[in-house]
Amino acid sequence: MSITTKPESAERQDVAGPPAVGRLGDRLFSASALTAGVIIMVTLGAVFVFLAVEGIDGFHADRSVFEPAAGNFWAYAGKLLFGTTLAAVLAMIIAVPFAIGLALFISHYAPRRLAVPVAYLIDLLAAVPSVVYGLWGARTLASAAQPIQTWLGEHLGWFPLFSGQVSATGRTMLVAAVVLAIMIVPITTAICREVFQQTPRLLEEAALGLGATRWEMIRMAVFPHARSGMVAGVMLGLGRALGETMAVAMVLSASPLVTLKVLTSDNPATIASNIAANYNSEDNRIQTVLIATGLVLFVFTFLVNFAARLIVARAERKLA
Amino acid sequence: MTTADLTGEARSLPLQRLRLPRYAALMVAVAAVVVATLTGLLLGWGPVPTVIVAVVLADIALPLWSRLVEGRRPAVDRLITALVWTALACALTPLAWLLITTLDSGIPAVSGHFLTHNMVQQLDPVTFKTMPGSGVVHALLGTLLVTFGAAVISVPVGLMTSVYLVEYGRGRWIARVITLLVDVMTGIPSIVAGLFALALFNVFFGVGTRMGIMGSIALSLLMIPTVVRSAEEMMRLVPNDLREASYALGVPKWRTILKVVLPTSIGGIVTGVMLAISRVIGETAPLLVAVGSIDVTNTNLFSGRMQTLPVFIMTEYKTSTPEGYRLAWGGALLLIVIVMVLNLAARIIGKIFAPSAKR
Repeated sequence: MSITTKPESAERQDVAGPPAVGRLGDRLFSASALTAGVIIMVTLGAVFVFLAVEGIDGFHADRSVFEPAAGNFWAYAGKLLFGTTLAAVLAMIIAVPFAIGLALFISHYAPRRLAVPVAYLIDLLAAVPSVVYGLWGARTLASAAQPIQTWLGEHLGWFPLFSGQVSATGRTMLVAAVVLAIMIVPITTAICREVFQQTPRLLEEAALGLGATRWEMIRMAVFPHARSGMVAGVMLGLGRALGETMAVAMVLSASPLVTLKVLTSDNPATIASNIAANYNSEDNRIQTVLIATGLVLFVFTFLVNFAARLIVARAERKLA
Repeated sequence: MTTADLTGEARSLPLQRLRLPRYAALMVAVAAVVVATLTGLLLGWGPVPTVIVAVVLADIALPLWSRLVEGRRPAVDRLITALVWTALACALTPLAWLLITTLDSGIPAVSGHFLTHNMVQQLDPVTFKTMPGSGVVHALLGTLLVTFGAAVISVPVGLMTSVYLVEYGRGRWIARVITLLVDVMTGIPSIVAGLFALALFNVFFGVGTRMGIMGSIALSLLMIPTVVRSAEEMMRLVPNDLREASYALGVPKWRTILKVVLPTSIGGIVTGVMLAISRVIGETAPLLVAVGSIDVTNTNLFSGRMQTLPVFIMTEYKTSTPEGYRLAWGGALLLIVIVMVLNLAARIIGKIFAPSAKR
C-alpha cells in the first residue's frame, strides 16, 4: 500500500495492444472490468446517500432523545466530536514519536539482519484484531497502569490534563489513548519507513561525505525529502484513530461530555464508541440519531484524509 | 634530542578525534542494568520500575559520556541512536505483553467442549441443571461464513477493478476518479461501513433487519480497497515484454490478461487477498451493528442474526463475569491464531510464487 503517489511512469511505454473492439470476448471483458470500477463509485455514493436517507430525521430529532447529554443534535454531535478528536489527538501525540523512531530504525539504524524481522513484527502489531486490543486494554493494561495514573494525578495534578479525581479502575481516557496509539503505530510506521527508504542514496552519501554524523545526515537529507510522506502517514494514522471503535468502547464507560481531564472516571465518548454502546437501543429514534452521527464521522474522516492528500500533492509540486 | 622531541610531539598530535570504544553502547547498557538492579534491590522496586530506570539511565549515560569524550555532535547522534532503540523496545513491549496475556488467559478456556458447543442453555446430563453451552462453535462458523461472503463479493470486484485500472483505463479520467475513490474508501471508519449496511437493509427490508450478509457487505466495503491496491500493484509489476509477446502472437487482449498477466501476478494477488481477509476477519464494529449477536448456531447468511467471533468476545466481555471473561479470552486466542495463520500462509504463498530472478 503505497501512499506517496509515484510519478506516472513516463519511461514506461503504454502498450495499447490490439484494439479492444470487435471481438466479443474483448468487449465482454472490458465491459465487466469497467463495471467493477463503476460499482466502487456507486457504492461510495450509496454510503453517503443511505446514511443521509436513514439519518436525516436524526438531525432534528426530538429534544428528549438527546437528554440529558445535550439539547439538540448539533450539541450532541459536537460533544461526541470533541471526544473523538481528543482521543485521536492524544493517541497521535503518543504514537508519532514512536512511529518515526521505529521507521528510522528499520530504514537507517537497524543492522541488516534485524530490519526485516522488525518490520514484520510491526506489521503483526497491525494484524491483532481491534477487539483483542480492547479486551487487553480494559482487562490488563488499565489495572496495570492504575498506579502510574495515581502517581501522575498526585505529582502532575496541576497540569489540566491530569487534574481531577483519579479513576480507581484505571479505565480512563489516557489508557484508551495509549491503546489507540499502539493500534496506529504500525500504519504510520509503514508509510514513514517507505518514504525514508526512498531518500536518494547519493544525497545521504553526500551528507556523510561532508562529515555529518548519522543523525545530521537524517536531519538534513532524509527528513526534508520525506516531509510530505511523513505528514501523510500521520494524517492517515489520525484518520484511523478517529474511526476506531472497539478500543475506546471497551476501555471506557463513556458518555457525551466535554472534559480535558484524562485520568478521571467521567470520560467523553467518541462517535464510534457511542454508536457501539447504543446501537441495540429499542428506540428507533435513537438509531436514526446514531446513523446521523455516523454520517458526521464519515464526513469528518473524509475531510481529514482529503486534507492529507492535498498536503502531499502540494509538497510534491513544490519538490518538482 | 630535537628529533626525539619532534617525534614525541608528532605522537601526541591527534590525527583522529577521540572515539568511544567500539562496545561503548553495550558497556553502558550493562552498567545501567547493574546499577538499576542494585538500586532496585536496595529500595525494593518491582521489576517494571527497575527496567524503566535502567533504560532511562542508559539513554542519559551514553550521550553524556560521548559529550565528555567526543564532543557535542557525536553526543547528539548517540542520543538519537539510543532513543531509536528505546522506541523499538517500547513498541515491541505491548505486542509481547498482549500475546503473552492472551495465551496465558486463553489457553485454559480452549478445550474440546469450547470448540464444539454454542451458547444455548443445555441440560447437563449428570446434574440435571440447565447451563449455558459455553462454547464458541456458533461464532466460529459465523465468522467464517460472513468473511467468506465478504471475500466472494470483494475479490471479483476488486480484481476486475484493478484489471480496469492497469489494462484498460490508463490515463482516462474515470480511472483517476476510481483511484481517488479507492483511496477515500481506505479511510472509511469500519463502524460507518456497518451503519451503511444497516441503513441499506433498513430501506429495502424494513427496520430491524439483521442478516449475516449485511456483515459481508460491510466487510467487503473495507476489503475492496485493500484488494484493489495490492492486485493493481502486482499487475503493474508484470513486464510489458510479456504482454507485447502475447499480442505479437495475435492473442486478443482479454486472453492476454487471463493467460499472461493474471498467472504471472497470481502469487502476489493471492497474498494480497489473504492479507485483506486477515485484516477484516477481526473487524468487530461493523458486525456488531449490522449482524448483531445470538446464542444459537445459524449458518444461513440470509436469515436472522449470526454470532461472529469478534462480537462473541465483545458480548462475553460485556457480561463482566469471571466466566464471561474466560470465554472472551478463549475467543480472543482463537481469533489471534486464525489471523496469524492467515498472515503466515499469505507470506509463505507470496514467497513460493515470488517471480524468480532468472527465467
